[in-house]
Amino acid sequence: MTPPRTMFAKIWEAHEILRHPSGPSLLYIDRDMIHEGSFHAFADLKRRGLKPRRPGQIFGIADHYVPTTGRSAAEAASPAIARMIDTFDENMDWGGVRHFSLSSRQQGIVHVVAPEQGITLPGLTIVCSDSHTSTQGALGAIAFGIGQSENAHVLATQTLWQTRPKTMRVTVDGALGQGVSAKDVMLALIAQIGAGGAGGHAIEFAGSVVRNLSIEGRLTLCNMSIEAAARLGMVAPDETTFTYIRGRHYAPSEQEWDSALDQWRRLPTDEGAVFDREVTLDGAAIAPMVTWGTSPEDALPITGRVPDPASFASADKRAAAARALDYMGLTPGTALEGLAIDKVFIGSCTNARIEDLRAAAAVLKGRKAVVPAIIVPGSTPVRDQAEAEGIAQVFRDAGFDWRQSGCSMCAAMNGDVVGPGERCASTSNRNFVGRQGPGARTHLVSPAMAAAAAISGKLTDVRRI
Amino acid sequence: MKAFIRETSTVAVVPIVNCDTDQIIPGRFLKADRAQGYGQFLFHDIRRDADGTLDPAFALNRPDAAAATILLVGDNFGCGSSREGAVYALVDHGIRALIAPGFGDIFYNNALKNGLVPVRLPAPVCDALAAHLAAHPQDPVTVDLEAGQVTLPGDLGAHPITIEPFARDCILRGLDEIELTLTHLDQIEAFEAARIAANPWLGR
Ligand code: SF4
Repeated sequence: MTPPRTMFAKIWEAHEILRHPSGPSLLYIDRDMIHEGSFHAFADLKRRGLKPRRPGQIFGIADHYVPTTGRSAAEAASPAIARMIDTFDENMDWGGVRHFSLSSRQQGIVHVVAPEQGITLPGLTIVCSDSHTSTQGALGAIAFGIGQSENAHVLATQTLWQTRPKTMRVTVDGALGQGVSAKDVMLALIAQIGAGGAGGHAIEFAGSVVRNLSIEGRLTLCNMSIEAAARLGMVAPDETTFTYIRGRHYAPSEQEWDSALDQWRRLPTDEGAVFDREVTLDGAAIAPMVTWGTSPEDALPITGRVPDPASFASADKRAAAARALDYMGLTPGTALEGLAIDKVFIGSCTNARIEDLRAAAAVLKGRKAVVPAIIVPGSTPVRDQAEAEGIAQVFRDAGFDWRQSGCSMCAAMNGDVVGPGERCASTSNRNFVGRQGPGARTHLVSPAMAAAAAISGKLTDVRRI
Repeated sequence: MKAFIRETSTVAVVPIVNCDTDQIIPGRFLKADRAQGYGQFLFHDIRRDADGTLDPAFALNRPDAAAATILLVGDNFGCGSSREGAVYALVDHGIRALIAPGFGDIFYNNALKNGLVPVRLPAPVCDALAAHLAAHPQDPVTVDLEAGQVTLPGDLGAHPITIEPFARDCILRGLDEIELTLTHLDQIEAFEAARIAANPWLGR
């Protein structure tokens, strides 16, 4: 009998073409997702006189630089940004790569679009030159971010040399309280293990909380595993997964469905398989979370207070906390609840799927935002669905700016920025110095918490609303 | 990729923990063509004050740091965005090796692909090195990839470099990985044919 294996091990081993005598494996890559930043990889291919080897397994999506106020490159914030979008289209055409450009009805943020279109499937290896590729592991795949040199390697060979990461199981049991979402689970986890806490590990999320999450919630969990420095995140496929996938455009057809299911049901971790590390979290103890600093690990329950840098154990952390408070314009001891904000951003590959929009709309219905607020759907299909469900109107009625899909203010590359010194409640994933624009102050929250902040103009405990 | 055998240099210290790649190169510079050189963008915002003038306290702005090709940085250096521009900025600035307790995984791989040598040393050793350099900023460090060790100044001794042998070999020889992989094309094609046959939806 073969020894019990983790889901990670099963998928990894099924993709090993060979093992180099000195360590790494040559892995077969099933899917490579491409966005505008890939121009370095295309330049590399052209220099070598090579073309994408398996263009049918590559999918291009314009997201990082696209305007959210219009649907053509001409409407981009600057000529240099427009050129990024045009270059992307040219490279996709040159490489014969199927792509969802700005005008496509399938366009959106790559990590929202890939599951939505059935490009992401259980048991696959998926890469993209973007760190949040970890998102796509939520359907039971090995999905991880790469750089442009590795991207060029995948385009040229459909393979990658990779050193096998260690495994970590994060078990979240209990039941989440009212107003607590997948985003809060992740912020609580990162606060517990640190922004470097899962370095070198592949995380599998397990436990009753994870089993009860929708696919949207699982995508949020895996999305932020990179914020704990994990190589990737994954959730075992189950009936929720299969129901989600069935009928999606690039998924197996009805004729192929039973054979696909037969493979997918064998993927979950075997009873008795051993992980290199185990971490547990009590779901019932998690409160709505908010970040106070400039690393995702700087997260506390909304009922908390800004910490004193002197309270940290190491000199490094004390220095980091002092620098963060200075940047964020905060004083130790200030209550997080009630902190006045200047802006709200609901969007990004972390929290801009339909369920996120529904959660925000539930808070906003019949209320008005008192600070400028923008909402950027994760994909054009999400936007269309929100229109059809009537929640787009809830956002408009609340005074939100209802935008077209893209990365937008998450990375501020398309010209949507938070101004210097402005405080933004944001559903994105990174509160880094300057991430949302030079001098921008980001507080990471869930969609419901962002909506609550919009109507009060302050960080607010959504459980009170 | 430029081959790396060994490098001896003074060391500049950027002691920021969790220094993400947005700090190494802000997103707004990522549109630049590599031909124009990414060195000018290195630590662009954090080495300047709010009014745009260079902060004299930032390590790389000190006159004596200009010649340093080795950086001592904080734990989890290069976390965050996968942007390879962070590595291009370091390489184009002339940095050849980094020393830290740990690096972001994607950054680490990107560094290896560009011949930038990331050396992991235990946190107490990094702390001791920082303390030593504070007193003796001109003392050199040698990163000897061929011998597999880094030699620190004073009585801090020599420590092994723990880079995987495969990557080490590629960097020592300045090897092109794509060319190497394509020598295995027969195996790749055979593997691929079987995989697509079992999952026909993948090939569409
Ligand atoms: S939404 Fe933000 S985190 Fe997600 S892919 Fe776009 S820039 Fe990256």
